[in-house]
Amino acid sequence: MSANSVEAALRDVELSPEEETILHRKELLECIQCGTCSASCPTAFAMEYTPRQIIAAIRAGRLEKVLRSNTPWLCASCYYCTVRCPAGIQFTDLMYHLKRMAVKRGLHPSGSPAFYQAMVSTVDRHGRSAETELMIRYYLGRLNPIGLIKLAPFGIKMMLRGRFPLLPHRIKGRKDLERMLDHIAKGGEA
Amino acid sequence: MAYSYYPGCTQEVSTKAYDLSTRTVASALGLELVEIEDWNCCGSSPSYSLREVETYALNARNLALAEKQLPGGEVLTICNGCFGIMDKTNRRLAEDPELRTEVEEALATAGLEYRGTLTVRHLLDVLVKDLGREAIEQKVTRPLEGLKVAPYLGCAFSRPSGIDDMEFPTALDDLLSWAGAEVVEYPLKAACCGGVLMMGDNQQVALKLVRSLLAEAVRRGASCLATACPLCHLNVEAYQGQVNRLFGTRFSIPVLFFTQLLGVSMGLGKKELGLGEELVPAKTLLAPFMA
Repeated sequence: MSANSVEAALRDVELSPEEETILHRKELLECIQCGTCSASCPTAFAMEYTPRQIIAAIRAGRLEKVLRSNTPWLCASCYYCTVRCPAGIQFTDLMYHLKRMAVKRGLHPSGSPAFYQAMVSTVDRHGRSAETELMIRYYLGRLNPIGLIKLAPFGIKMMLRGRFPLLPHRIKGRKDLERMLDHIAKGGEA
Repeated sequence: MAYSYYPGCTQEVSTKAYDLSTRTVASALGLELVEIEDWNCCGSSPSYSLREVETYALNARNLALAEKQLPGGEVLTICNGCFGIMDKTNRRLAEDPELRTEVEEALATAGLEYRGTLTVRHLLDVLVKDLGREAIEQKVTRPLEGLKVAPYLGCAFSRPSGIDDMEFPTALDDLLSWAGAEVVEYPLKAACCGGVLMMGDNQQVALKLVRSLLAEAVRRGASCLATACPLCHLNVEAYQGQVNRLFGTRFSIPVLFFTQLLGVSMGLGKKELGLGEELVPAKTLLAPFMA
């Protein structure tokens, strides 16, 4: 596959320079479509496109389809594909990039990042992750109180063994953390 | 030797037995753990999925705080997830000057700096490589003879870090055998538990992975699984009920942290090892070895 095909791949979605660097990586061009990644992926069975197909699709100018697919959201970050790839493609990292690109453009399948967003919001405010608040945010954010109710028997079992937190631990340096994250979000100009 | 210690969020409640047994075993082995003061969450894969530099910053804050306490030292993690992202941050900061500047500037807004003098380690790796067989075996007073254990190490211990074989890591097998346990052949030892997929829309995919992990352990004759990661642990222990409901299976196999099993073999007490909080009870299984 030639470099022209990669240019064609970029026609459908507008890319930032950083994103272009990611998708133009030499290793991606050197993919021989051997399928080692797909064969190694424990969740490929549930993906709309397997890892091998994702690379083919990017090179064939179907990035938007890739970003709309459920594939990146089924990556459990096990790194089998990465450590086995004969072309040295950091496929797990590519999945993370694709998730960010999809969220940035709102192209992700509906609801896919909801749990991640709930966790990030909890961590950014308290400095720690806290399961109870996280699950409440997640299910209510998805307008799915039934999900929360279904979780109750599990929660009670954990609670009886002292394994379910009612209140999140808050770190002292919350303001520091907020300043750091703001600084980065504003592109280093805060 | 003194180590900076990073417990990680899940150790505060849902898997606090891991933190407790880590502190107990470390102290009995003569390792001094200096908990990083006011540490924050590593962000794990949810944060990394949404933002890259911010996730490095979360980890850089912990590294900066640890470096202030023990410059040039080693940060001890006990969660594969925390280990993976903190080690990645440490490596990326060392090799990418542009990223480093960006993160340094963010740290400066909190009055912090990280000079890059630390190494990120996983407790299991430290016990196996730095302490080694002799030092561990010396402390084993109640060998776990006849206890058949499936060593389930999961992904992020050796992938992509490379601190052990990336396909079939042996650290957990070694440690458990030094504790006197009968380690069963377990080819899925570094397979994936589904990780964060257990939360959210794709839970059934994760349950399917957990089902095969449990089925293989049972098939191999294991009477329990040992883990070295709270996320793996939660997935294979706390979700057995959900697996059974979804697939009509009847799994009820205890899951213990390697620190708990090691602690039992060292004659340490039930309470200080956090035993008794299991959803799948391990009391009968461990009774022959308890003081």
